[in-house]
Amino acid sequence: MEKIPILKLGDLLLVSIQVDMHDRLALALQDDLTGQVVKHKARGVLIDISALEIVDSFIGRMLSNIAAMTRTLGAETVVVGMRPAVAITIVELGMALNDVHTALNVEKGIALLESLIREREAVEAHEGPQP
Amino acid sequence: MKVLSHETLPLRQPEDVVLVRNKVRNWMQEEGYRLIAQTRLATAVSELARNALDYGGGGVARLEKVQNGSREGIRVVIEDRGPGIADVEQAMRDGYTTGSGMGLGLGGARRLVDEFEIWSQPGQGTRVTIVQWR
Ligand SMILES: Nc1ncnc2c1ncn2[C@@H]1O[C@H](COP(=O)(O)OP(=O)(O)OP(=O)(O)O)[C@@H](O)[C@H]1O
Ligand SMILES: [Mg+2]
Repeated sequence: MEKIPILKLGDLLLVSIQVDMHDRLALALQDDLTGQVVKHKARGVLIDISALEIVDSFIGRMLSNIAAMTRTLGAETVVVGMRPAVAITIVELGMALNDVHTALNVEKGIALLESLIREREAVEAHEGPQP
Repeated sequence: MKVLSHETLPLRQPEDVVLVRNKVRNWMQEEGYRLIAQTRLATAVSELARNALDYGGGGVARLEKVQNGSREGIRVVIEDRGPGIADVEQAMRDGYTTGSGMGLGLGGARRLVDEFEIWSQPGQGTRVTIVQWR
């Protein structure tokens, strides 16, 4: 079966979606990513969607789910490279994606991830390790 | 409204949803439609095709290049012979879902396109017709 590759870079996982996302593939990526976050104890996930020409409610929900699930597992998620036309249709569809951090490009995304991870570590140091 | 050309594609599996929405985008790209119009119609088609697949047990998508006077557009008819929708008004409402979705497909698709028409009859099926004008 086709699969979207997940790259490990230090404590980050990088995903660049370069293929057309049909629903089964989106669900597989969601499962795969959460599994990899646990396996590698990743602190951050970066998803590059610059190749995606459309994001419908299913893919939008996948992005929200990934952000929520990885957060529970101790990792922050940032989505980068959303095309302007995609950003417009997402809003018109009625999806807020409020819970998903976004950045313009990979470079800015990694910077954002690093600051989110630092913030989180500061909170954890203060409160003790999270369960 | 005059139909200049048309093509019918099956909706039987998730990959078909991708094929249909890509075809719509390719058509519009070739014809020089604005990028935002392409993105809107392809996204709406994706929502409706998925509904036909998930709730209607599969169906067909008919893509048409149409002309109305001097106006040109792309019309897409998505049809299934599934269980139909008992209360269309309720189904159109944002947030209403009988599945595991967000209930945004129908309402969202209507907001994305220039024309939207839905016909559904319990026991007979569902047909949604959408148009994007140039
Ligand atoms: N082709 C269809 N045949 C039968 N029922 C349908 C069809 N399309 C939609 N429905 C019904 O209308 C409801 C709302 O559809 P809509 O696409 O708005 O939301 P959804 O598919 O539940 O979630 P989302 O599209 O956000 O993932 C569906 O849950 C389903 O009950
Ligand atoms: Mg739907």
